[in-house]
Amino acid sequence: MAETTEVFHAKTQKRKEETQTLHPLVELTLMRVREFLREKEAVFWVFIFPVLMTFALGIAFRNTAPDKTLVAIEAGDAKATEIANVLSRSPEISASVLSPDQAAQALRSGKVSIVVKSTNDAFDYRFDPTRPESRSARLLVDDVLQRGKGRTDVVSVGDEKVTEPGARYVDFLVPGLIGMNLMGSGLWGLGFTVVIARSRKLLKRFAATPMRRSHYLLSFMLSRLIFLVLEVAAVIVFAWLVFGFTVRGSWLSVTMMIMLGGFTFSGIGLLVAARPTTIEGVSGLMNFIMLPMWLLSGTFFSSERFPQVLQPFIQALPLTALNNILRALMNEGTSLSTSWLSIAILLFWCVVSFVVALKIFKWQ
Amino acid sequence: MSTQTSTATARAVALRCSGLVKRFADVTAVNGLDLEVFAGECFGLLGPNGAGKTTTVEILEGLTPSDEGTVELLGRHWTSGDNRALRERIGVQLQETQLAEKVTVEETVRLFRSFYRRGHNVEEVIHTVALEEKRNARVGKLSGGQKQRLAVACALVSDPELLFLDEPTTGLDPQARLSLWDIVEKFRAGGGTILLTTHYMEEAARLCDRVAIMDHGKMIALGTPAELIASLGADQIIEFSVTRELADDPVKRLPAVSHLHKRGDVYALTVSEIGVALPALLAEIERQQSELVTLTTHQATLEDVFVSLTGRMLRDG
Repeated sequence: MAETTEVFHAKTQKRKEETQTLHPLVELTLMRVREFLREKEAVFWVFIFPVLMTFALGIAFRNTAPDKTLVAIEAGDAKATEIANVLSRSPEISASVLSPDQAAQALRSGKVSIVVKSTNDAFDYRFDPTRPESRSARLLVDDVLQRGKGRTDVVSVGDEKVTEPGARYVDFLVPGLIGMNLMGSGLWGLGFTVVIARSRKLLKRFAATPMRRSHYLLSFMLSRLIFLVLEVAAVIVFAWLVFGFTVRGSWLSVTMMIMLGGFTFSGIGLLVAARPTTIEGVSGLMNFIMLPMWLLSGTFFSSERFPQVLQPFIQALPLTALNNILRALMNEGTSLSTSWLSIAILLFWCVVSFVVALKIFKWQ
Repeated sequence: MSTQTSTATARAVALRCSGLVKRFADVTAVNGLDLEVFAGECFGLLGPNGAGKTTTVEILEGLTPSDEGTVELLGRHWTSGDNRALRERIGVQLQETQLAEKVTVEETVRLFRSFYRRGHNVEEVIHTVALEEKRNARVGKLSGGQKQRLAVACALVSDPELLFLDEPTTGLDPQARLSLWDIVEKFRAGGGTILLTTHYMEEAARLCDRVAIMDHGKMIALGTPAELIASLGADQIIEFSVTRELADDPVKRLPAVSHLHKRGDVYALTVSEIGVALPALLAEIERQQSELVTLTTHQATLEDVFVSLTGRMLRDG
């Protein structure tokens, strides 16, 4: 074989030494970034959609001064108009006189919270006690009517009205949306890209070069990091401008936890993408993993509303952990140490998914 | 394997495998294959689809482990550990790779270049494969031939000593095929070694110094294209069809005829001297009271070698 080696050695020396390309990790990351930015739909789902969602939900559940309580008075005798006048004197009530049929219809469809009917000198209240707004309407209407008839307060009371940013629904929502978004972009971003590359034999082609496999996988982490900053900033800045959303805890802690969340879901994305060779295969797997977290992890309402039996399972989910950490930091402004359990859960998922993913990852 | 070239022993070997076996669940894709590719030659693996060419190449490239047998390329072996040093020295084009569509030609070449410590500069390679005008075009917008040239550019960018091309021209139009052949010939002229698989006999005949014909995971013939064709003992093929079926034996015994092969109603006669065989054939057809419907003759090709070895056409698979 001596002869062989010599021949090749001579050729090797002839090769040019060049440094015109960047480090492979940088080139791979650039590739990720380019591919993402040139995919218009992906840009929409990652950046625009969460902002739209924040806007829509923030508006739908905004805590402005509560709307007037809508009351229907069943038209019967001349008293109906009189009652309407009494009720309308209260700034919190909007009353209207309707025919019995219309009134029943309005109550059924939620256009009014309560129907008042006068018979002789008494009042009948018709309302649905399972609807919170109907119950408060019952109290309000009763109070106004009783006072109209001359009832007086026995003790004097004073109201102190407090509406604080940080306790509104939108404040609860924003950390949840950020968490959900990190999960979605981590799983889709990694899962799809890797499986597409595998199904198009691009992974195999890379495996035939001296590329370090760790560089390939790391490039996903780095590009995710770049987009993560942008996608989270988009939601926070938007919520700040439109709803006056504020982050109470330290920005450093928030940044660190968002990165941890981003890496954890990238790891899970990598794990999901470790084997499947078709898009259909990976889509099913991703839905299987994401669906329970969408439902249970408390993005739109607190996960503590689910039954006690489910709690250990729910609390162990990475998205629940991330949402809890982000809410504690953003809404309550607590320090990281109070969230140690959630952080530990997230770290566990992060490490386990990466280790397992790297172990079972298939290049072809 | 009687057609081994006599000069073989004196030359440096770039790639050698012996006793290669690869089984999949229901099929033995490679069934005891021995190959030697000399430094500086273009070696062709010719065979129908499913002959085991791609599996063989991927084993040689260190992408698929073999069940049995040894592979040695550029004086080294694939190991279970770090093969990066060896990968630095080879260039690979895979049959089915589809490069990312959203990135440009130049970005793609630049990415592949970054994986290698040494190699050509990016502009050079783009020039070599004649894609200068498309350098800023996205891969998704390229034609089939341009995509294939880009795939070859990615294989050439490391200035490899050994280049693997797996069916580089399959599905390309004749023009695109010619321009790819140019690239391969240039690489070969620069002293590079090539292992090429194809099921186009004219491609093997034009590009390859030596050809191994594969069928069902085995090598059934080896030699230069000229040697293989000469092994037919004939240089012309007469193909004809007739109105009424002929008795085979008298036809086989005609002068200068070495082989008769029938496919459907087309007869193919392998003949050494067409001037002798043709009049005799026409007389025989008349004697058997049949009439000629079609008749063509051509120089024997590698396709005819394959047909005479297997009874099938290359394209039949």
